Amino acid sequence: MSQTKSNLQTTLEAGKFAVTAEAGPPRGAKPEVVREKAKILKGFVDACNVTDNQTSVVRMCSMAACKILQEEGLDAVMQMVCRDRNRIAAQSDILGAASLGIANLLCLSGDHQVFGDHPQAKNVFDLDSIQLLKVAKTMRDESKFAGGKDVDGPPAIFIGAVANPFADPFKIQVPRLAKKVAAGAQFIQTQCIFNLDKFEEFMKGVRDRGLDKKTYILAGVIPLRSATMAEYMAAKVAGTDIPIAYIERLKGVEKKKQKQEGIKIAVETIQKLKEVKGVRGVHIMAIEWEEAVPEIVQQAKLVRK
Amino acid sequence: MIVGEQKPIQDIMSYVDGCERILLAGCHGCVTVCCAGGQKEVEVLASMIELGRKKRHQPCKITKIMQERQCDVEFLEELIAKAKDNDVILSMACAAGVQLVAENAGSMKVFPAINTNFIGAIHEKGVWGERCQTCGDCKLAMTGGICPITRCSKSLLNGPCGGSKDGKCEISPETPCGWQLIIDRLDATGCMDQYERILEPADWSKSRDGGPRKLIREDLK
Repeated sequence: MSQTKSNLQTTLEAGKFAVTAEAGPPRGAKPEVVREKAKILKGFVDACNVTDNQTSVVRMCSMAACKILQEEGLDAVMQMVCRDRNRIAAQSDILGAASLGIANLLCLSGDHQVFGDHPQAKNVFDLDSIQLLKVAKTMRDESKFAGGKDVDGPPAIFIGAVANPFADPFKIQVPRLAKKVAAGAQFIQTQCIFNLDKFEEFMKGVRDRGLDKKTYILAGVIPLRSATMAEYMAAKVAGTDIPIAYIERLKGVEKKKQKQEGIKIAVETIQKLKEVKGVRGVHIMAIEWEEAVPEIVQQAKLVRK
Repeated sequence: MIVGEQKPIQDIMSYVDGCERILLAGCHGCVTVCCAGGQKEVEVLASMIELGRKKRHQPCKITKIMQERQCDVEFLEELIAKAKDNDVILSMACAAGVQLVAENAGSMKVFPAINTNFIGAIHEKGVWGERCQTCGDCKLAMTGGICPITRCSKSLLNGPCGGSKDGKCEISPETPCGWQLIIDRLDATGCMDQYERILEPADWSKSRDGGPRKLIREDLK
């Protein structure tokens, strides 16, 4: 078990503007796919998330992919959803991850299985994301399992959660963040941000309650690869808010150049997010497009040491 | 109440295939109220089976019977007595009724004619909605009278998730977000301060996860 703090925690505690990215694990048992992604991202991010069967599509497990990232010299953030594991499995995985030196844990509810390729599956949701945060924190800080028995060697983990300023009802999003912070969220990754005005309104609520002082908020950024992708996300992906102006802007350039325009939009967004009080870093989610991350990081002048 | 609906006719026909004498048993309980296994449905299903069998030149004799409640052993005597003159019992009761009949039917085969869907309420004529998952530890006092386990697609006790949009659940624009309903009720009843209370993990041992449940009331024994 690693007793040292994760690179992400150290970066944030040092007051540096953090950059994290996301690597979706492969739909097979090829470790080299993860290694390739690690090589692209290394040196450009403080930590890298591995998603946990995102959109309910079966992939290599987050813990294994995190371990591979760590072997490649990246600080990994293990995502854990409540959809597929009960409290016994969740706690077991937390211990397993910590024993492998995976020191960041991101707790999420998880997309409903109807979205994936096994819509017939039974879902678990024994715990919800807030309860999972509390369970993880109690294991670490009090050396107690959810059932009350002692943990013999508590997991050294930096615990995070997600927030979606664009989900409904809007008025509940700040109180919901407060619940997550109370449950143990030390850092927060937000849903991707395009609508800066609405995000700023959310952040005002966050600051008014002093939540930005109690947790590190990483603003989510997704580079858009094309106008088609932007339109799809705006229409189909739950909890995303992409102003029509961005879609028009992408449509305004020829197809070949839309990727570059998408990167430009991401860089501009990051520059604006850096000015938002309470934002302590960015989380770049370049979905199956990890090569975009180094370019965005360089253009946004966020290159790591 | 328990809400059910008739199984596809081809499934029912396959269960009773080769049986010449069929006892078709309806129930005056929940399935009558939800129009799945009452007197009328017994008549209609009997006609459908008879017609189907005639077409195949394999006629059958159907005896129809209505029971007060198939889920109560006190009312099963007549049904079991009549079963003796038949090859099979086809029950239009809910799964509790079908099982109690099976447990008391000796060597007689018992088949279900309906799918038991959920415990629900009537929204309007012909429309029912699920309301209870029988978790055995009612949460309604804490959630404005709306059940998070049933009405939230993920049964989140501390919702909503990020998939709530315009009052609808991420799984379908037809499905209301259970947590939007809860928040609206908390708001309407002046209880929004309750929202930030963290609800602890449920004790699922009181639910089916603890094994098949049994309720004993000494005062009624």
